[in-house]
Amino acid sequence: MSRAYSETLLRKIDELVARYPKKEAALIPVLRLVQDEAGCLAPDEEEFVARALGLKKMRVREVITFYTMLTRRPLGKYHIQVCTNLSCSLLGSGPLLDYLREKLAIGVGETSPDGKFTLTTVECLGACDRAPCMMVNTDYHGNLDAAGIDRILAGLD
Amino acid sequence: MDDKTLTRDFGVADLHEVGVYRGRGGYAAVAKALKMAPPDVLCEVQKASLRGRGGAGFPAGVKWGFVPQNLPGPRYLCVNADEGEPGTFKDRYIMLHNPHLLLEGIVIAAYAVGIHEAYIYIRGEYEAVAQRLETAIAGAEGKNLLGKNILGSGFDLDVFVHRGAGAYICGEETALLESIEGKRGHPRLKPPFPAVVGLFNAPTVINNVETLSNVPAIIQNGADWFLKQGLPKDGGTRIFGVSGKVKKPGIYELPLGTRLRALIEEHAGGLKEGCVLKAVIPGGLSAPILTAEEIDLPMDFDSLAGAGSMLGSAAVIVIDRETPMLEVLRITSKFYAHESCGQCTPCRIGTAWIHKIVTRIAEGRGEPDDIDTIISLASNIKGKTECPLGDAAALPILSICRKFRGELERSLK
Repeated sequence: MSRAYSETLLRKIDELVARYPKKEAALIPVLRLVQDEAGCLAPDEEEFVARALGLKKMRVREVITFYTMLTRRPLGKYHIQVCTNLSCSLLGSGPLLDYLREKLAIGVGETSPDGKFTLTTVECLGACDRAPCMMVNTDYHGNLDAAGIDRILAGLD
Repeated sequence: MDDKTLTRDFGVADLHEVGVYRGRGGYAAVAKALKMAPPDVLCEVQKASLRGRGGAGFPAGVKWGFVPQNLPGPRYLCVNADEGEPGTFKDRYIMLHNPHLLLEGIVIAAYAVGIHEAYIYIRGEYEAVAQRLETAIAGAEGKNLLGKNILGSGFDLDVFVHRGAGAYICGEETALLESIEGKRGHPRLKPPFPAVVGLFNAPTVINNVETLSNVPAIIQNGADWFLKQGLPKDGGTRIFGVSGKVKKPGIYELPLGTRLRALIEEHAGGLKEGCVLKAVIPGGLSAPILTAEEIDLPMDFDSLAGAGSMLGSAAVIVIDRETPMLEVLRITSKFYAHESCGQCTPCRIGTAWIHKIVTRIAEGRGEPDDIDTIISLASNIKGKTECPLGDAAALPILSICRKFRGELERSLK
């Protein structure tokens, strides 16, 4: 059973494909659009993208499994990614990660049973001037402490 | 200070809007360049000794000169905005605050080399920055500063934003090309170099965001002016990003050759209250570590190379005495084990093996010969891989093991 994709998505795919002399060059941006709409890149999505760009399914999967932002399993409504690289660790990202684990009652790499949160670590986000930092979906949050994390979480419905 | 070129106008409200940017004299360099012959533009940039700001420090003008002008078919410009070197955040600032400066540099570079399509490869996490760039591109197109027949010159250029999806290796230029082509970011064996066989097998120029952002001022003020901003073999300023245990982390645009001590103690406000300096990583996590005794070095490509480290992306990470070097080693080895693309055995196996050993030491199960084993593994990665990631992993690990061996050995017991 393959799902129906929105007209907007199909139009955006055409726009992306038109930017390159070869269709397959649009693969990574297209996968990100499809993931945004479908939630993850399950076999149905692989097949859809493979057909849209004229590629073999395995060719699509080998790309999905290489890039950290592409996911084959569903994530929570809010994907929290805590930077644990050097600049953030120097300023306490380790204890903040422990704080989040406790507060959300999930481990790193896990999703809460209600599907609201997924907690992961991430390598340098390029925001070291505001360390320690984390991402919630596409939003950056910096200069974090426990109170700041409480405020951010309270703002998520 | 008026010796800033890239960050001077960062405080101007709405600088990212094309009208505001033009009101500050923006796109005058494009207008000037389009009236020059392309070889003269190339020559000016070559004379300026503009070295690559991404990490390798290769002169941009020389790179442009490698592109063969006699081959039929398209040529491409790829802008490396994959800023992933830990500690580095300067390109994010440029693109967010001054996107038209980058676009101006792109137009001039493309004109000099005869390129009509440019792709800005931006790391996937920088979604807000990518949107800022897209708005700036649309604004420039609306004013005939991009697109067809730019400013009536007959020169055409289309610029596209290409979003990555999370992979440090894609900052390596040939992995970046593979990634734009819709593949895994596996670096290519060189030669052939991208200048001859690059994106879609066509001649390709790949430059970092900060590198290209220096081009408008070179055209406006001339190569001699640019050289006076820096050093004879190393023109211009550099955006240093300082992070870690300092009072004022942030970006500081200063002449190349500024002393590391001045950068940390004066510009970044010194160490945080109660902290004592232990070590500094001067050019992003890939740069071999410096001890507190080594910070009187001038921050330029050659001085740092002479001291056995590198200027890299000019990202300075300041480490204090309370931080165990074993923890620095653990974070470093974790990063490279995670980011190795897996193509070359020494790097794939070596980085993971080193990380395993360091993790075991951190868990209190160190063995007497662990440091020697790590040194041996790292030495067997160095110089034995297709791309620079192998060295980028091996060199900082070796430097930590050699300069802080005594401290590391104490954690073995």
